Amino acid sequence: MTQPAENNPGRAALDRLVRDEWPRVLASLVRSTGSFQLAEDAVQDTVVRALDLWSNEGVPPEPRAWLIVAARRRAVDLLRREGKRTDKERASIDLLDRGDEPIPETEELGDDVLRLLFTCCHPTLAVETQTALALRSLCGLTTAEVARALLMSEAAMAKRLVRARQKIAVAGIPFRVPGPKELPQRLQGVLSTIYLLFNEGYHATAGEHPLRHQLTSESIRLAALVDEVLPGEVAVIGLRSLLYLQDARSTARLDAEGELVGLPDQDRSLWDLREIRAGMSLLGVALHHPSEFPHPYVAQAAIAACHDIAPTWEATNWAAIVSWYDALVAVADTPVVRLNRAIAIGELEGPSAGLAELERIEHLTSYPPFVTARAELLARAGRDAEARAEFRAAIELPGNDATKRELVRRLAESVESNPRTSADPDGT
Amino acid sequence: MPQYAALVYEPGDPDWSVIDSAEKEEIMGEYGAFGATARAVIRGGAALYPATTATNVQVKGGKGGEVVTTDGPFAETKEVLTGFYLMECADLDEVIGWAAQIPAAWYNRVEIRPVIDLGDPAS
Repeated sequence: MTQPAENNPGRAALDRLVRDEWPRVLASLVRSTGSFQLAEDAVQDTVVRALDLWSNEGVPPEPRAWLIVAARRRAVDLLRREGKRTDKERASIDLLDRGDEPIPETEELGDDVLRLLFTCCHPTLAVETQTALALRSLCGLTTAEVARALLMSEAAMAKRLVRARQKIAVAGIPFRVPGPKELPQRLQGVLSTIYLLFNEGYHATAGEHPLRHQLTSESIRLAALVDEVLPGEVAVIGLRSLLYLQDARSTARLDAEGELVGLPDQDRSLWDLREIRAGMSLLGVALHHPSEFPHPYVAQAAIAACHDIAPTWEATNWAAIVSWYDALVAVADTPVVRLNRAIAIGELEGPSAGLAELERIEHLTSYPPFVTARAELLARAGRDAEARAEFRAAIELPGNDATKRELVRRLAESVESNPRTSADPDGT
Repeated sequence: MPQYAALVYEPGDPDWSVIDSAEKEEIMGEYGAFGATARAVIRGGAALYPATTATNVQVKGGKGGEVVTTDGPFAETKEVLTGFYLMECADLDEVIGWAAQIPAAWYNRVEIRPVIDLGDPAS
């Protein structure tokens, strides 16, 4: 799982197999050893050995059971070697060493994964730590891969992960699924960590590349894993739908030169139909959940769906989008939601109506998408001088390189007084 | 079971040895109520006189060197440590639940730190 495997398709398949099993094997080891760090070390060593062994001798009939048994043995070896151990770890040696702990059933493993998920996304861990732990422990990326994905040096990432596991151990972050009273809020925390990972990949906030595909695909995998171990939760289904419906457009967001392409100008034939279908079918399921108000992820997915099924920017059903934004404001009233609602109103009723909505939003005046939206609406309203000033202001604000180039291009176009249509580059 | 120190930080430098306002009396009452409710998990703790009564001790040149004392806190700070509880809880979630009932958490903050088990420090 560490080496690129282009020249060895067998190895690529093995990597995938091992990575798919990683969260279950690790979660099971965390429970039986009671130690996050020990479990990670044991599973890591076991996986390296398995890849080596299996590429020579083939995959055993039950790879998951093989991995769990081998990782338990490895944990016992590691404990013996270290010598110094706590009572709790000594007790787990005795248990593991007797070898009579049965291999858990799939359902039990699902519960272990769920516990691991709530441990990694515990609200007492910094958000950056949660995302790093999620990639390492639940997606099975190596420390080097996590460091690359989150734009950190490997040494700094290794330190962060060691500190995180130390906090989990000594501060006593529990390895359990929260009770029914806390569950909705804690689940919300898990899902927002996943969505943050997706967004970090989809709208990279820094660096040369505006898209980081590994992060988007890992967050989609993670959301599917949550849905598998905690089925029937409308928030989870809504988020999965939203991720597919946004990711479907990712290929069209960059042109051949690597420049960002806004939603109005995207080549819609590049949109991924399989992802759109998957997102639509999940949205259908989510909309069948009876509730007075839609879950915010469901409303956002519905908005993304309106864009995904529109044949062109002009033929988009803006009335439907505005009414979903109204629903979203009712359940999650944030300045960013109001910004996107204002952009949609600008499309439905014209730039002056959009600008009027923007005027009513506070606290966003230095948020780049807000400044860009105002510049676009001013340009469309024919207020060229004001539009140019806003484009220049937007260029000065932080953002990735491709976004800046797009703004410079729009500024040049507005100098030519181009009344082109505007807007939210991503439609959500 | 792990033990945790819940360190109580308050703005300013209140003197809890003197109850000279209705507000202080009310807060004292809340601390009393917390102590009673959390009796099962509290293993120790204390309220501290103001930081203006503090003395800092340093030994110049390390062990065996000259003992130098300075008055009060090192510098003006926005908040000071005014007390602490030692609590024994099953895990972090449980101690967070208790710490949230300490009045300082309502108007400033309570810092939870896991305690290292070194056995009896006096032995």
